Order: sequence, then C-alpha cells, then structure tokens
Amino acid sequence: MLWSGQSGHWLLQGMLTTLAISALGWILAAALGVLAGALRTVPWRPLRALATAYVEFFRNVPLLVWMFFWYFGVPPLLPEPVRQWLFDHSAEFWAGMVALGVYHGARMSEVIRSGIQAIPRTQFEAAVAMGLTTGQAYRLVIVPIALRLIVPPATSESLNLLKNSSVALTISVAELTFQTRQIETYTAKAIEALTAGTVIYLVLCLSIATIMARLERRFAIPGMIARGR
Amino acid sequence: MDFSVITANFQFLVVQGLLGLGGFTGGTLRLAIPAIGLGFLLGIVIGVARLARTPWLHVPATVYVEFFRGVPLVMVIFWIWFIVPQLLGLPIPEYGVALTAFVVFEAAYFGEIVRAGIQSVPRGQVEAATAVGLTGAQTLRFVVLPQAIRNMVPSLVTQMIVLFKDTSLASIIGYVDLTKAAQIVNNREIRPFELYLFVAVVYWIFTYSMSLAARRFERRASTT
Repeated sequence: MLWSGQSGHWLLQGMLTTLAISALGWILAAALGVLAGALRTVPWRPLRALATAYVEFFRNVPLLVWMFFWYFGVPPLLPEPVRQWLFDHSAEFWAGMVALGVYHGARMSEVIRSGIQAIPRTQFEAAVAMGLTTGQAYRLVIVPIALRLIVPPATSESLNLLKNSSVALTISVAELTFQTRQIETYTAKAIEALTAGTVIYLVLCLSIATIMARLERRFAIPGMIARGR
Repeated sequence: MDFSVITANFQFLVVQGLLGLGGFTGGTLRLAIPAIGLGFLLGIVIGVARLARTPWLHVPATVYVEFFRGVPLVMVIFWIWFIVPQLLGLPIPEYGVALTAFVVFEAAYFGEIVRAGIQSVPRGQVEAATAVGLTGAQTLRFVVLPQAIRNMVPSLVTQMIVLFKDTSLASIIGYVDLTKAAQIVNNREIRPFELYLFVAVVYWIFTYSMSLAARRFERRASTT
C-alpha cells in the first residue's frame, strides 16, 4: 500500500538523504570531537581554552538555531562565487551537514574527553619516556586507546546525530521526516505515513545499536572496562 | 553587520518570544517550565515502573522507553500534532500539542535517569532498612529516594538543559517561541546572521547558567 509507487519512492529517497547527511555530519563531528576532546586535556592553557570555548558555546545552543544560522545567516557573508556554487549544489544539505557536524562535534568531544581521562596517566608518561612528543603520544597511544573505551557512549551520541538529522527538515532538506510529511500532504494518510517513517527510524537505530554492541565486544580492551558515563 | 535590528525588536523577541508574557500565546519559558515539571513527574512513574517486579509494569515501561529513545523528537511532535486532535475530535492549540509531545518524549529520558538513580543506592541500605523494621513503602520514602535523588541531580539538570534546548523545535508547528520569534522578525527585516546569533546567545546564557548551577550543586552535595 504505502511501500509501493510514489510514496515508497519518497520514503526511500528520504531514508537515503537521512543516511547521507548523518554519515557526512558524523565524519565532521568525529573529526571535531576528537580534536576538541584531545585539546581539552593537553597541558597548554590557550589550546584548552579554545577547545572549551568551542564546546561550551556550540553545545549549549539548540540545533535548530544552528540550522538556521548556517543556512540563512552564514551564506550572505561568504564571497559571491562560493555562494553561487553553494546554491547551485543543494546549499541546504551542506548547511544541515555543517550544523549537525559542528553541534555533535561539541557533544562528541565530551565523550572523547571522558575516554581520554579514563586512561591511566602512566600510559602518557611511558610514551613520553620513550621519546615521543606530546602530539605523537596523543596520536599514537592515547587517542587510539580512548576510542576503543568509549564505544557505548559514542554509539549513543551517534544515534542522537541520526535522530537529530530530522531537524534539517526546517531548512528544506528532503530527509525522512520531511518525506513523511510530504506523503501526508499528498495522500492525506497521516497515520500510515507517520508509521512508515517511525518504523524506519526504529529499525535504523536498533540495527546500528546492535552492530555497535557487537563491535564493542570485539574491540574491548581486556582489563579496562571503563564505562565512562 | 547591523545589530540595531535586535534592539529595535527586543521587546517582541524577549518579552513575547522568550518569556511569553503580554497576553499572547507564545513563549519559550512558558513551554519549558511546565514541560520540565510534568516530564519529570511522568519520568518518575516510568522509572519506578521499570524497576517493578511484575511484568505488567516493567514490560510496558521498557517498551515505552526503548520506543521514545529510537525516534526523533520531530517525529513525536508530528504524531501528537496529527493524532491527538483526531482522537479527541477537537482542534488543539500548538501549546497543548508541543507540551504533550515534550512531556511524553522527555519522560522516557527522565525515567532512565530516575531508574539509574534508584539503582545506584546500595542494596545494603534496603536490607538495613528492612532489618530495622521499615515497610517497603517506608524504605522507599525515608531511605532510598533521598539518596537516589541526590545521586541523580546532575543527570537531571543535564536532561533539563536538553529539554530547554528542545523547546526550540516547537517552532516547527508554529508555536511562537524565541526561535520562531526570530524567524518572524527575520522575514520582515532580513538580518539572519545578527538575529540567529542573538538567539544563540540568549539560549547559551540560560543553558550555561543551568549547567553552572548543576556543577555547584554537585560540589556541595559531594561533601558527604
């Protein structure tokens, strides 16, 4: 009934857009999160202050406000050719992706910071004793261990990112929730459309959670079960 | 970059968009404060139900929590917006829809915090209370809950901050909160950068103060 024809096609497109914006946003968030989380633990005050300012500012403002800010507020400030290119190539998708990535980067940095702080200081001291600089110690020793420790809270934050991609409908990104509304306005079948969208979100979240739980068991470091939460 | 648009529209943005005063149906705080209160109360019910021994209580509670943790809040808002007026047969204002959606959604998260708080009280306390002669209800009231509440305050305040930020999503169904007020002004004045930056700063002031208060409470409470 709903899964065939026009509506099914829209649902599929919506799901793919959701996955695309979430995946790209996740990559940005992971990069910013690891950088900011690590910088919040280094011994140099200016770097720590910069990372803390980023995290505390972007984390405490609603994502919806960021969506509007990046889509409506920032493009007028960019140079003309960049703005032209953006609006020819689905600016709303990129604005949504940047908003998701920067916001969740601030949230991920807290998770990563707690992972880094769960590692005994002796690991860092041993790395420095072996001749590594601070940067190398972080890159080669601390961060890889931290990433393996934080799989449960990182999964929870990643699922939050996936669910928050729905906020992008406010800037006209044709993701899954947008498409369920589209189907509803087209067919006036609100309950079926909403049910389809809800089921897809539940299936996506449950499958990602299950895969990550299995990954966590495989990558767990024996003897270091720091369930930081 | 012309910030005078904010001073010119300050009364609309803050008094009506943020505070919800002035005989007008909007307001972030007017939505956030009851949502936090009612969401927490429902969350206590859900949390305690999840710890109940009978499956009649803990199975529905678990399904409730797992369901609302797997769907976006935007979807829940649309569900309530479409379904409740159909069920009740009469139109519901955006305030009612938004409040219901937030209470129902956040109760799942508050419920988890309540559950974790109650489970964090050592089992020995319950056993000691029983040994001293307290009934189950008395144990809960005099021994478990006071300790549980002290343990869960940091997570509770964090969740309240999250709920406060989530109230911005009520603007999707047309509720005039701070975000929607900024949108309205922007449609007239076309100054998105200044307006949304101002809105970001206002939200930041509230949420950062809440998190500072939480940290101060945590430091005071951990002296025992």
